[in-house]
Amino acid sequence: MADYPVHTYDVLVIGAGGAGLRAAIEASAAGCRTAVVTKSLLGKAHTVMAEGGMAAAMGHVDDRDNWRVHFADTMRGGQYLNNPRMAELHAKEAPARVRELEAWGAIFDRTKDGRILQRNFGGHRYPRLAHVGDRTGLEMIRTLQDHGIHQGMDVYAEHTVVKLFIDGNRVAGAFAYDRERGRFKVFHAKAVVLATGGVGRSFKVTSNSWEYTADGQALAYNAGAALLDMEFVQFHPTGMVWPPSVKGILVTEGVRGEGGVLKNNQGKRFMFDDIPENYRSSTADNPEEGWRYTQGDKSSRRPPELLTRDHVARCINREVKAGRGSPHGGVFLDISWIKEKLPNSVEHIKKKLPSMYHQFKQLADLDITKEPMEVGPTTHYIMGGIQVDADTQMTAVEGLFAAGECAAGLHGANRLGGNSLSDLLVFGKLAGEYAAKFAKVQATGSVNQSEIETAGKDALAPFERGAAGENPFTIQSELQDIMQNLVGIVRVENEMAEALDKIAKLRERAARAGITGNIEYNTGWHTALDLENMLAISEMIALAGIERKESRGGHFRDDYPAKSEEWGKFNLRIVRGADGHPKLERVPVVPMTEEMKQIVQENL
Amino acid sequence: MAEQATFRIWRGSRGEGKFVNYTTPITSGMVVLDAVHGIQASDANDLAVRWNCKAGKCGSCSAEINGKPRLMCMTRLNTLDLTEPVTVEPMQTFPHVKDLVTDVSWNFAVKKKIQKFTPRAADAADGTWRVKQADVDRPQEFRKCIECFLCQDVCHVLRDHHLHDEFAGPRFFVYAANLEMNPIDSGDRVKAIKEDLGIGYCNITKCCTKVCPEEIKITDNAIIPLKERVVDDFFDPLGGLIKIFR
Ligand SMILES: Cc1cc2nc3c(=O)[nH]c(=O)nc-3n(C[C@H](O)[C@H](O)[C@H](O)COP(=O)(O)OP(=O)(O)OC[C@H]3O[C@@H](n4cnc5c(N)ncnc54)[C@H](O)[C@@H]3O)c2cc1C
Ligand code: SF4
Ligand code: SF4
Ligand code: FES
Repeated sequence: MADYPVHTYDVLVIGAGGAGLRAAIEASAAGCRTAVVTKSLLGKAHTVMAEGGMAAAMGHVDDRDNWRVHFADTMRGGQYLNNPRMAELHAKEAPARVRELEAWGAIFDRTKDGRILQRNFGGHRYPRLAHVGDRTGLEMIRTLQDHGIHQGMDVYAEHTVVKLFIDGNRVAGAFAYDRERGRFKVFHAKAVVLATGGVGRSFKVTSNSWEYTADGQALAYNAGAALLDMEFVQFHPTGMVWPPSVKGILVTEGVRGEGGVLKNNQGKRFMFDDIPENYRSSTADNPEEGWRYTQGDKSSRRPPELLTRDHVARCINREVKAGRGSPHGGVFLDISWIKEKLPNSVEHIKKKLPSMYHQFKQLADLDITKEPMEVGPTTHYIMGGIQVDADTQMTAVEGLFAAGECAAGLHGANRLGGNSLSDLLVFGKLAGEYAAKFAKVQATGSVNQSEIETAGKDALAPFERGAAGENPFTIQSELQDIMQNLVGIVRVENEMAEALDKIAKLRERAARAGITGNIEYNTGWHTALDLENMLAISEMIALAGIERKESRGGHFRDDYPAKSEEWGKFNLRIVRGADGHPKLERVPVVPMTEEMKQIVQENL
Repeated sequence: MAEQATFRIWRGSRGEGKFVNYTTPITSGMVVLDAVHGIQASDANDLAVRWNCKAGKCGSCSAEINGKPRLMCMTRLNTLDLTEPVTVEPMQTFPHVKDLVTDVSWNFAVKKKIQKFTPRAADAADGTWRVKQADVDRPQEFRKCIECFLCQDVCHVLRDHHLHDEFAGPRFFVYAANLEMNPIDSGDRVKAIKEDLGIGYCNITKCCTKVCPEEIKITDNAIIPLKERVVDDFFDPLGGLIKIFR
């Protein structure tokens, strides 16, 4: 009989990004014995890479801002498929969460009168993003990490959770392996918070790291929770396109927020040609007005470069397809032009966008203060994820909570830039708070020994197949091609159906993945174990993509290019059917209250 | 540009092992981490290497490339001599785990011993603080640290003299300086900087500053001012008096 070490906690948090750390801080502050498990080292999660800022209607730069405007912006950006209660909570609580970070040691950039500075971002009506240059995520994760380590929580770094244990309809614990030593561990917990982030590793061109293998979504689904809005993947308009080895690395929207413009190879600012009807009244109609807006002129409207990400990404795609792209298949993003406006533009750019300056200088031999960058869309974020209760963040499985990118609801069909970092704080806190409440009134569920045995045996299977098995890296790379080419930024039914066929075949091969070497820090083994989640969730993205026969937000269908009023009434939910396969259901969108409707009207 | 290059990579566990040569195709713009990943995907599936962001933001991919502590993701191949094999080995200052991965947990333990951020009372009616940008420029420089631990790796006090129990290393002087110079913080770590973090062992060779990928002026901006505070508080009663009379 397998005899793995057992660790017992009140609250187990899976993930040490912004959402996980914030949840763990809350749970331990509530007096719960709390553990955090993370696949990478502490402080290295995706959150560290976030650049532009976190959205919170503090009104420091423009005092017309308040939670109502932020709420309306978020709903409009999400094309009204968002859970309005989550959008409300988020808009109301984000300012307090940002100030709390300052009280824990974060140092944001300052306004002239010494308050937290805020910057413009796409889809936000007023300058709203609290930031630190273009390394806001680092500031956030480091602050949470440095605060968290003094709270008494235990951290299991470089551990991967592969299974949740369920007792009836409640969570009872988790099964993990230690990446360094390859040993298995059993966690017993009264409550579990999933904060595992996104799915971008399944696409070839992505801003996401090796960690984004859809673990949380798959763990939740396998445990009996529901997934929502999985067709909505965000393709960020500006990723690096050259040189090939950096393709996909993010170029922050902050570049456009600071006055950067998009041009095609004819030197034309093509974004002026395609301004959607519902944004026309709030968008500048000439370059001069757009520039004034980025410099804080309150009477000006935003430049079309700052329209929502889904729209900007598709416009870039169109320019490239029409032969108007840059030499390496992108378009030009130019911030250097502001030298016409600002005498000290070189210093200004380096101060406002230091890591972009660095990134291009070092990785592409390009000086962004002098030359335009080449950029194109990159897979960035998933709006869909685990369905949760808006107020408590609990899933359909009792005691199982989810927060951050792995959860769904706040962003609807498209996320506004900056709304993720604030999401992590607001809902990370709520998840931690309610997980703690749950843990305080519940006993620990029981974990079946035979399930532990099976989990251990399954995880070791790739070693038995050895070198004769399929190369896990090859399978992963083929999946990335499939998702990129067939379920990417522009989708059609027959291509997505083809993707489903191919994924089914890859799943057969993945079941035969084999690896060599010993069990210590064996990346081949880790990759082999990642495949199942990546394939399962990729299949669901394609299934939901086929089902939604309209174009909205991150989901664009060439065969149904228009938005449909009928589809605007539903979210797509995925649960495991009686036959063991994913079952798609249409669920009515959560209705707005009368007050919310009025807020939306006021802010059109 | 050459179509292929050879990498001499340290393979083994817990300090036992050897260099193995791998030849891999290379393309324009590649960095060392790309080459290591190429080798991992084709010839050495079990090759252990850490990375996350591929853009110099997370500090995971630290290693020694041709003997120099560097981030693999920010080291372009066109900056290296590819007519010779490129040597890639793990950081030497930390216990070896496997291949290019080392056990950096000591760093996390050191940080935990330093008094945490301790805010003074808020000075604005809304319960927050008013702080000028000019007053936070310096601590913001320190907060750029990505915890790659390359400075720890290069510092001779740790690397050659193994004084891990008495000396916190440059990363944690940067950390302590960030707290000490934060205008909102009210903690006092000067005694600890001298006694627990062992700042006296640093003889200002500036090796740490040279390897910092974030270009933090570790020695000039963090260590020297902290040493001055230590001197002010401990060795110079007259200096203390002058401060009072001023
Ligand atoms: C380059 C880049 C720039 C961005 N810029 C911005 C921005 O300016 N503003 C903004 O609002 N958003 C931005 N985003 C989006 C935002 O950063 C992410 O959505 C957010 O950080 C996700 O946080 P999280 O806490 O949900 O997950 P993460 O920070 O990704 O953390 C996930 C954690 O879960 C762990 N984990 C995953 N699976 C397992 C498992 N099976 N077992 C154990 N642990 C596991 C991981 O190890 C990690 O610790 C950006 C994203 C990228 C990639
Ligand atoms: S300056 Fe001091 S801390 Fe830096 S490497 Fe030299 S001895 Fe070490
Ligand atoms: S101070 Fe510089 S070298 Fe040292 S850990 Fe931080 S970023 Fe790395
Ligand atoms: S991978 Fe993040 S710093 Fe190199």
